[in-house]
Amino acid sequence: MSKFNRRTLLRGALQGIGVGVALPLLDCFLDTNGKAFAATGARLPVRFGTWIWGCGFIPELWVPSSTGRDYQMPEHLKPVESYRDQLAILSGFDVKLDGVPNKPHVTGCLGLRTGVPVPNENVKAPTLDVLIADQIGTGTRFRSLELSTSGIQRSYSYRAAGSANPSEVSPLALYKRIFGEGFQDPNAMAFTPDTEVMVRQSVLSAVGEERRKLMRQVGVADRQRLDEYFTSLRQLEQQLALQLEPPAPVQGFVMPDAPPSTSLDSEMGNVMQNHKLMSGLLAKALQCNQTRVFNVLLSDTTSNLRRPGATTTHHTLTHEEPDDKALGYQREVAWFAQQSMLAWKDFLDELSSIREGDGTLLDNCLVLAHSDCSIAKAHAVEGIPMMIAGSGGGRMKTGFHLAGGADPITRVGLTVQQAMGVQVERWGALSMETNRTVTDLMV
Amino acid sequence: MVTELQIPPLLTRVVLAASLLSTAILVGCDSKSQVAAEPEPVGGPTVMRRLTESQYRATIADIFGADIPVVARFERGLRAEGLLAIGTGESGMSPFSIEQYDAAARSVATAAVSPGKRAVLLPCQPQDDQIFDAGCAERIVSDYGLRLFRRPLSSAEQDQFVATVQQASEQLHDFYAGVKHALVGMLMSPDFLLRIERSTAGESDTDGELQKLDAWSKASRLSYFLTNSTPDVELLRAAAAGELDSEDGLQRQVERLIRSPRFEAAVRAFFEDMLQYERFADLAKDPSIYPAFNSQVAADAREQTLRTVVDHLIARQGDYRDLFTTRKTFLTRSLGIVYRLPVVTRNGWEETQYPPDSHRVGIQSNIDFLALHSHPGRSSPTLRGEALREIFLCQEVPDPPANVNFAVVQDPSNQSMPTARDRLTAHRTEPSCAGCHKIMDPVGLTLENYDGLGSYRTHENGALIDSSGSLDGPDFNDVDGLAQALHDHPETPRCVVEKMYRFAVGRDTVWDERAYMDYLIHRFVDVGYRIPELMQTIALSKNFFAINPDSGHGVTNKHASAATEKEVRL
Repeated sequence: MSKFNRRTLLRGALQGIGVGVALPLLDCFLDTNGKAFAATGARLPVRFGTWIWGCGFIPELWVPSSTGRDYQMPEHLKPVESYRDQLAILSGFDVKLDGVPNKPHVTGCLGLRTGVPVPNENVKAPTLDVLIADQIGTGTRFRSLELSTSGIQRSYSYRAAGSANPSEVSPLALYKRIFGEGFQDPNAMAFTPDTEVMVRQSVLSAVGEERRKLMRQVGVADRQRLDEYFTSLRQLEQQLALQLEPPAPVQGFVMPDAPPSTSLDSEMGNVMQNHKLMSGLLAKALQCNQTRVFNVLLSDTTSNLRRPGATTTHHTLTHEEPDDKALGYQREVAWFAQQSMLAWKDFLDELSSIREGDGTLLDNCLVLAHSDCSIAKAHAVEGIPMMIAGSGGGRMKTGFHLAGGADPITRVGLTVQQAMGVQVERWGALSMETNRTVTDLMV
Repeated sequence: MVTELQIPPLLTRVVLAASLLSTAILVGCDSKSQVAAEPEPVGGPTVMRRLTESQYRATIADIFGADIPVVARFERGLRAEGLLAIGTGESGMSPFSIEQYDAAARSVATAAVSPGKRAVLLPCQPQDDQIFDAGCAERIVSDYGLRLFRRPLSSAEQDQFVATVQQASEQLHDFYAGVKHALVGMLMSPDFLLRIERSTAGESDTDGELQKLDAWSKASRLSYFLTNSTPDVELLRAAAAGELDSEDGLQRQVERLIRSPRFEAAVRAFFEDMLQYERFADLAKDPSIYPAFNSQVAADAREQTLRTVVDHLIARQGDYRDLFTTRKTFLTRSLGIVYRLPVVTRNGWEETQYPPDSHRVGIQSNIDFLALHSHPGRSSPTLRGEALREIFLCQEVPDPPANVNFAVVQDPSNQSMPTARDRLTAHRTEPSCAGCHKIMDPVGLTLENYDGLGSYRTHENGALIDSSGSLDGPDFNDVDGLAQALHDHPETPRCVVEKMYRFAVGRDTVWDERAYMDYLIHRFVDVGYRIPELMQTIALSKNFFAINPDSGHGVTNKHASAATEKEVRL
């Protein structure tokens, strides 16, 4: 395997000689510890993702009554009981506003993700997934993948203000993007680099060489935007470069079937279906190294989830539904909050259905799940519910409930970034600025 | 009226937003002579704008032909300061959009060099299809470079793309493949995807420190503003000949573009932006509540209003304000079902009038507006009131307060509060909500006779709907009254003028431009509120091309909008 290198392959192709290379699919690519590929010694890749659900929770149904390992699983978390050991439940961490106006459902979500509360969508720092992708996501076909499952074309992944990464909203479109043109089956028996791809790469590389000249011609604000253009262009070049190398074989990878065409709206049943389909495709994409970073938006932060035939959406209900006298909380709102956790279970099921090493794909992921507020009725950004799932290949401790005690929520973002190898000592602004990681999570 | 006219326009807007002053401060009136000439240009920053999806598609169609496929999913535009046009100057470029531009570029270039097209589209043929032909490559690169970059290529760029043709031809043993990859390179270049404007020093004229756009940047500004597409061959010729720098030459080109059939695309682009039509991508209605809604209805609804706008403003040279009172419209059979109006034409569009008893008058009573600003399962007086003020009157409604006690608000199926008016009245007892709801609801409640899809109704939950309302002036009882109020509102013409100028330059107005805005508004009044004349005035004005290198993006009217918010809260 290691005898041929990319250069000899390319040289052959450049001279117009069709080169077919047979790759033996070995029975055991992994070393005896199950942590690395035996053939290359490379460690199993670690992935990072976020999973957002809108409009918070019903505290008495979500927050465990005790902290530590032996907590009783609260009603709305019962669906994920089987993942207890792979989950950390984080309650009581606050976004600190420092007088910044709270734009309902946006300030909390972006404050948590950027460390800086903003009164609108103009983020003042990149979201943490982008910082992590710059660290671990540059070698894959996609720097990150964004999915939204309730028909809303947006994401909360920003490189800068005005530069959100758009979400895929359709399972079929997501399938085509990942497994359509440009996808290489990692276990294909033959590999032939395509001369056309080589030409495309050199054309893009020539476009990239214009960078310095153009940077001189535009003002400061536009320079940042141009820089972003060139960063994105490099990702495309990277995609082509990967197509010129034989992909690393992936044990157990089976090409998924194209998903059916589905209704892309916010009706809860459709959302559950689209979310399951897209989570399955994402898990496959992670398995065969198409990306290492992802952002899933189950429902938007002003959640438009709805039941069929109902006049009022989840978000509107949080403000308009009276508390049920007997229950002491809003009955319909609680239903949506519960459905969200059922979707979370579906997501974890998809990640853990893929065997990897001596565990599952979930073990090699670090997923930060969070909402945009705690009590949606009041748009409260104190105690925004969060969970960490998977240990990031043994880089995080899980299996407990931790109460944040009104600490700045940036402690969690900082901890996660450090675990993913980002060189950051201090993160966040004003009261949210912190250098204190959450030690309970650290290995 | 003189004193009123000296009030900076934005402050006027603020005061009127709060509807606290009488509507006596009308723009225009009898003061035409005072502002007949354009004030000294003040200029703004150069703006680096991304092509919108419709501009990209139109540009490709103009250069390569309408039958060349653009196979890509475009990233949704960024809406900034109320317009996608301003977002084009602020948005970044995600990896997703570069992937999609690559797909688009390859589909275009592959089709352009295909055996069926190459003879038509390329200016020359190589001696041998398989061998690089330097002379032909140079011609192709030079011709398409000019069209795609909207300026001549520099000699370095020319050499670079000819080298691309050569290398790719040799690697792939196919001259046309070489051309294809060079075209992809141009289509992926920032010089194509972004409109990078370049200015020249103001030299010896009276502009002082101001700079002007160079002729090529002028041609692009004109062309994308007046045709929503790339400069055509004649405009590029005029730019090369220096004609855009003379008043006569500029006037010839502007009049030519406005008279051309391509002008309609510009008017459509402006109204699609103003009416926030990108939101159609997210529009969903509950099928069990609104069984008449489907994707055809949605597509026809937006086309209905655009047809009405184009017919009224261009074909009939109508008064902009009459868009809010016209009964003239266009319908298809699928729309007829929602409007409950007979449509004789079996396939396609029918020009018609809303009958006097149909409760429809003006574009604000069309279902595109009513359905876009509603929930999936019900109408929303608040969303409609907010949209009507922001879209047509340029009045900003602040976000709801974050920490609100909603305890007073009851379940919508509660029999004691069957209508939206009942529920909102309860809501308005909360002082922190009352300020803004007082601004949004009275106008939104008049539209309560339309359900969440826009169909007419008289009852909600069995109770008669009271559609009385008001809009910064006399009260009214129905949509006819609302139509007249919108028509007569002093902010209606001012708002469209401001939006049109911001659309044209792709940025917010700067503070020093308030005299210029007054000039535009007075001209608009003088020409009978005609949109094509407004666009012509802008395109011919010195300020449209003036560049002030010191006015960065940040120099906008932030303090004015903060004041707006404060006033509106009253």
